[in-house]
Amino acid sequence: MRVVPFDVPGHKRGRGNPELTRFLGEQCISIDVNSMKPLDNLCHPISVIQEAEELAADAFGAAHAFLMVGGTTSSVQTMVLSTCKRGDKIILPRNVHRSVINALVLCGAIPVYVNPEGDHRLGISLGMKREQVARAIEKHPDAVAVLVNNPTYYGICSDLKAIVEMAHAAGMYCLADEAHGTHFYFGDNMPLTAMAAGADMAAVSMHKSGGSLTQSSLLLIGPGVPKGHVRQIINLTQTTSGSYLLMSSLDISRRNLALRGREVFEQVSKMAEYAREEVNAIGGYYAFGEELINGDSVFDFDPTKLSIHTRDIGLAGIEVYDLLRDEYDIQIEFGDIGNILAYLSIGDRPQELERLVSALAEIRRRYQQDSTGLMNQEYIDPEVVMSPQAAFYADKKSIPLEDSEGCICSEFVMCYPPGIPILAPGERITREILDYIEYAKEKGCSMTGPEDPDIRMINILQEEA
Amino acid sequence: MELWFSEFHTPDVKHSIRVHRHLYSKKSPYQQIDIYETPEFGRVLSLDGNVMLTERDEFIYDEMMTHVPMAVHPNIRDVLVIGAGDGGVVKELARYQSIEKIDLVEMDEAVVEACRIYLPENASRLDDRRVHIYFDNALRFIRRRTDCYDLIIVDSNDPYGPSESYFTREFYGICYNALREDGIMVNQQGSPFYQHDAEAMKRSHMRIVNTFPISRVYQAHIPTYAAGYWLFGFASKKYHPMDDLRFEQWKALGLKTKYYTPRLHRGAFYLPAFLERMLEEVE
Repeated sequence: MRVVPFDVPGHKRGRGNPELTRFLGEQCISIDVNSMKPLDNLCHPISVIQEAEELAADAFGAAHAFLMVGGTTSSVQTMVLSTCKRGDKIILPRNVHRSVINALVLCGAIPVYVNPEGDHRLGISLGMKREQVARAIEKHPDAVAVLVNNPTYYGICSDLKAIVEMAHAAGMYCLADEAHGTHFYFGDNMPLTAMAAGADMAAVSMHKSGGSLTQSSLLLIGPGVPKGHVRQIINLTQTTSGSYLLMSSLDISRRNLALRGREVFEQVSKMAEYAREEVNAIGGYYAFGEELINGDSVFDFDPTKLSIHTRDIGLAGIEVYDLLRDEYDIQIEFGDIGNILAYLSIGDRPQELERLVSALAEIRRRYQQDSTGLMNQEYIDPEVVMSPQAAFYADKKSIPLEDSEGCICSEFVMCYPPGIPILAPGERITREILDYIEYAKEKGCSMTGPEDPDIRMINILQEEA
Repeated sequence: MELWFSEFHTPDVKHSIRVHRHLYSKKSPYQQIDIYETPEFGRVLSLDGNVMLTERDEFIYDEMMTHVPMAVHPNIRDVLVIGAGDGGVVKELARYQSIEKIDLVEMDEAVVEACRIYLPENASRLDDRRVHIYFDNALRFIRRRTDCYDLIIVDSNDPYGPSESYFTREFYGICYNALREDGIMVNQQGSPFYQHDAEAMKRSHMRIVNTFPISRVYQAHIPTYAAGYWLFGFASKKYHPMDDLRFEQWKALGLKTKYYTPRLHRGAFYLPAFLERMLEEVE
């Protein structure tokens, strides 16, 4: 017998919104329900949600797993807010996702950036070197946490185990942004996972490679982190009306990964390897892979990532990205100045890869040009003048971007994706950065962050101008 | 008991053929393959429930795919055929002594196996010494080849199943690249009658127009295909399908055909007004 709903949501199993019900389907809308005794409560799980979290923890080898409905952004935020207070230092690479620096704006922690090594040919940031992390820890013994990308958007991993050991030896937490690493937990030849490396917390984007619905995510913790405290932190910012659609998608995806993940990701890795060979056979492009591994700043490489350097055919990555979508009906994950990334996951098939490779061959044949004059994306070492929070909340004013050289920025500027800030609040604006922004805009990157949607004006700190 | 094979030409239109016997049924890694024995159309091959050919009307399709380009290009030696695992197009091509090589790329080995057994007439020339069969993904096969074919015939299923990639910009591009400087590509272009089919037809025509300097559409009447009305694409780097028709030379070959004639060749390129407008929209 069905329970008669005299509670929210007001659509009442879809009856009150026939168009939406037809669009989503009855099964889908019937699980869009509110927290109630038999269905538990995401703010304080004690029954079915708790059970789903325990199963997830088991599948990921964590002490506990939290179902998250605010995207991996909320998982990352929770990691930072659980470990850092106002004025605390956190050691991290500058090529973090904006959600990390957003969390610093919220809590007032001070970033200590480790300059990630760059690959000059590819123009991408690599991982953190062990020695650099050691130096940062030595220089800032009062830091409370070290945050690591595992892996970066391009699939590059740092030596996570060594970094965890260094952090713990110095009494610091080690946090891992595993937004692009869900599948590491379900593969035999995958890079080491944060939980296996002994990290304290990990933000895992189940909706990326794991197959759950967009905006669902998992936050994993190790045995050294108090579960109740983390739950309180989550409840500071997470909705009290957690979506059961998102939660059930997490639970079903966890099951799918636990039962079939190994087999599927082995296939995905093989497809990516095949695609790399085929793309490299075209000539001009460079689909990079495990040959980048150098034991330190590229400690490991995610075999499912299909990242392709395009500069040698005379096209910026973003230009190839646009051509693929506009001319060939192929949507890839992102293109930046020198590279594109095609995201391969549990839903991919070989015939679509053949299309992608053929389209790349065609783009080379039709659009290849001389590559002189193309900018090589380089890591720009930021000058952090004040904490992101202080800069974000300080008195500011808006001035034309081109006049802002030397000023302190009070907002973010980034290409999205990948969403790694070019400028973050509290950083000095330099000529180099302005040239980069101008070039990225000219090539067609989607810029986000500033209040001004056209990114012609930028907010700077008042006393500086 | 009555046994009927039905195919939906649109969600609201169904075409049915009475069946004597279901001769063959197999789910290959790519598609569902069935062969039926029918009183009106003889043996019928269906892939994923779509009629690919019937013994009764396949000659129209096969002749229009092959003789049209063969009567235009004066010197076709190397031919690539995509799909067409039933062998019908190859059977027509093999009648030309001037052709030196026919590469057939079919992704699904099971189709060829089934046709060799149940449609032996169609598959009869697959063992011709000039024919080389490759079981491979056509995109992968073609993109490794440059400047090496005089004619490419794309004999594919409709664009909604495993043949989807044969209707893409990148596919037409790599075909262009694999053709010699005077090469021709002929493809089955679907039907313009039902709206869903017409949209797909326009999309693929637009992509071909953007790829080849010469691109014309021609038509034929094929009873078992949607609306009984079918289109073919003639895309070419140099030769025009009507201006360069070698009327007398082709007749001099003395090939006996059931559908194609050089006079019909000319007529097939004269299109109804609604179709002309449809094509102009995307040209």
